[in-house]
Amino acid sequence: MRIEEHPILEFKKDKKINFTFNGEKIEGYEGETIAAALHASGVKVLGKSLFLHRPRGFYCAIGNCSSCLMTVNGVANVKTCVTDLEEGMIVETQEGKGVIV
Amino acid sequence: MRQAELLIIGGGPAGLCAAISAAKSGAKVLIIERNKYLGGQLVKQTHMFFGSEKQYASTRGIDITEILLNELDKYKENVEILADTTVVGMYEDGIITALYKEDDFFKISAKAVVVATGAFEKSLAFPNNDLPGIYGAGAVQTLMNVHGVKPGNKVLMVGAGNIGLIVSYQLMQAGVEVVAILDAASKIGGYLVHASKIRRMGVPILTSYTVKEAIGKDFIEKAVICQVDDKFQPIEGTEKEFDVDVMCISVGLTPLNELLAMRGCQMKYVPQLSGFVPLRNENYETTIENIFAAGDTTGVEEASAAMVEGYLAGLCAAAKIGYKTDDFDERKNDFVKQLDALRSGPVGKHILSGIEQIVV
Amino acid sequence: MFEKTGIPSKEMVMGKFPSIERINKGPVAVIECYKEIPCNPCETACKFDAINIGEDINTIPAVTSDNCTGCAICLTKCPGLAIMIVDGSKSETTVLIKIPYEFLPLPKVGDTVMGLDREGRHITDVKIVGVLNPKSFDRTPIVTVEAGRKYLYDLRNIKVEAK
Repeated sequence: MRIEEHPILEFKKDKKINFTFNGEKIEGYEGETIAAALHASGVKVLGKSLFLHRPRGFYCAIGNCSSCLMTVNGVANVKTCVTDLEEGMIVETQEGKGVIV
Repeated sequence: MRQAELLIIGGGPAGLCAAISAAKSGAKVLIIERNKYLGGQLVKQTHMFFGSEKQYASTRGIDITEILLNELDKYKENVEILADTTVVGMYEDGIITALYKEDDFFKISAKAVVVATGAFEKSLAFPNNDLPGIYGAGAVQTLMNVHGVKPGNKVLMVGAGNIGLIVSYQLMQAGVEVVAILDAASKIGGYLVHASKIRRMGVPILTSYTVKEAIGKDFIEKAVICQVDDKFQPIEGTEKEFDVDVMCISVGLTPLNELLAMRGCQMKYVPQLSGFVPLRNENYETTIENIFAAGDTTGVEEASAAMVEGYLAGLCAAAKIGYKTDDFDERKNDFVKQLDALRSGPVGKHILSGIEQIVV
Repeated sequence: MFEKTGIPSKEMVMGKFPSIERINKGPVAVIECYKEIPCNPCETACKFDAINIGEDINTIPAVTSDNCTGCAICLTKCPGLAIMIVDGSKSETTVLIKIPYEFLPLPKVGDTVMGLDREGRHITDVKIVGVLNPKSFDRTPIVTVEAGRKYLYDLRNIKVEAK
């Protein structure tokens, strides 16, 4: 799902970043967001809605709509569409509000 | 508490231009931007801009940020930038609160403020519109043009305004198939030069069509569309199905106006400007003294207009707090003339009919 | 219909072409800008005073064909990619058409690729006779195709199959 070559842009993909998604090891690149790295690996479902438990993906990708909230390193409600990927991150799908305390 | 002369909230095209203009006049400017980088949504605009030379026409949006930052650098002794910082409140007593990263919360007091918070994408109501794979067109642009990730393999674009048309073209540049572009309106809303360049790639543009439903379990697998009559009611028996893994929603933007509303600026719903916008005078000052606004937050337009509004608001805000330069009138007239030029055609007519309702 | 489909009518297209006599003399710009939008970089880019918009930047550009040298600088500056250069001076059976092409893979000189009309339909095969992509074009390459003369008014795009 990555763009190999582009007529206008060049994508710097220098440093690989290892992280886990629901326990599974996934690779992304430095400088990209958690949601982008997941999408590149084919992960579209980021969480489940509060009442009807419907699948949730991102919608706006600029940190406005809260559709991309996930639990990252044990912290709930992280906007994964604007949070940079970091080495060793533990990323998990979030059910509803997530567990805060 | 942090003291600032002129606080600019938002480092996108309008905010950066406001900062350039005000810093050039001599005001000390503090720019607060919630992202780690400046430029706002310019970062994903790979296409050339319209307008004229003064609004960087023919330059790709992605390259305009650098031009603006170089310009801003000329006045660097007057400029401070706080990135990765979100303004979270503007209170009646003038206090502004902000959050740096995740837990550094602080207060700011400023002599004047330019709010340039931009806009965000609207959604569209239809069954299963919340399925993953149904994304805002701007979101898809971010994914592709910032991160180099394809949103999927086959895309249905909903909305034939400029964003829908431009993003369709950019999807094809990224090697993604666009099966069709649809729009409930009976005419294409975006510039027809954009429409023609997509049409000649073989992508059909279906006007008077809307989304009936999306189908899929964990993500979209199929889209059903149908024709609408002149009252936008679905016409039975006109359904078409597309096997797609992405649906892009491009039904317009709406101003990000929370801070202005919270501060108590008088707001008005103006359809031509795409949502609630602040009442303002010709200097882009809102109904609260020394609170200015510029760019999409005052009404959704092209980025070229946002930049000129920023220049004008920054100039006037600086003048208001004591930095009125000798060439103030000359600079102001130039910006007013540029805005008039951008808005004088048929597209601008619609915008002007909205602006008439908010200028006090 | 144009505003519903994005496909200009034959009459609209013909109205933008100079006379065949002019086309047969040498390369000349055809600006397919049909609706007023606030935009004037084509006028700014032209060094030969062949494109006129004037004070109101919403005015549709007017081409003075006699001043146009077919230099193609305007092609790379038009944000709507609405300009092409046509040249009927090289052969009696074919025409040369320059179009902007911002896709990969770029064709190579000598390739035969699909020639498309304004609806994206494959109407003929065309030979690539030139590909220019210098830095000054800012990532809008210009491709020159040679097509049969009868496709002069219909050919508007190409499709290059990925190898």
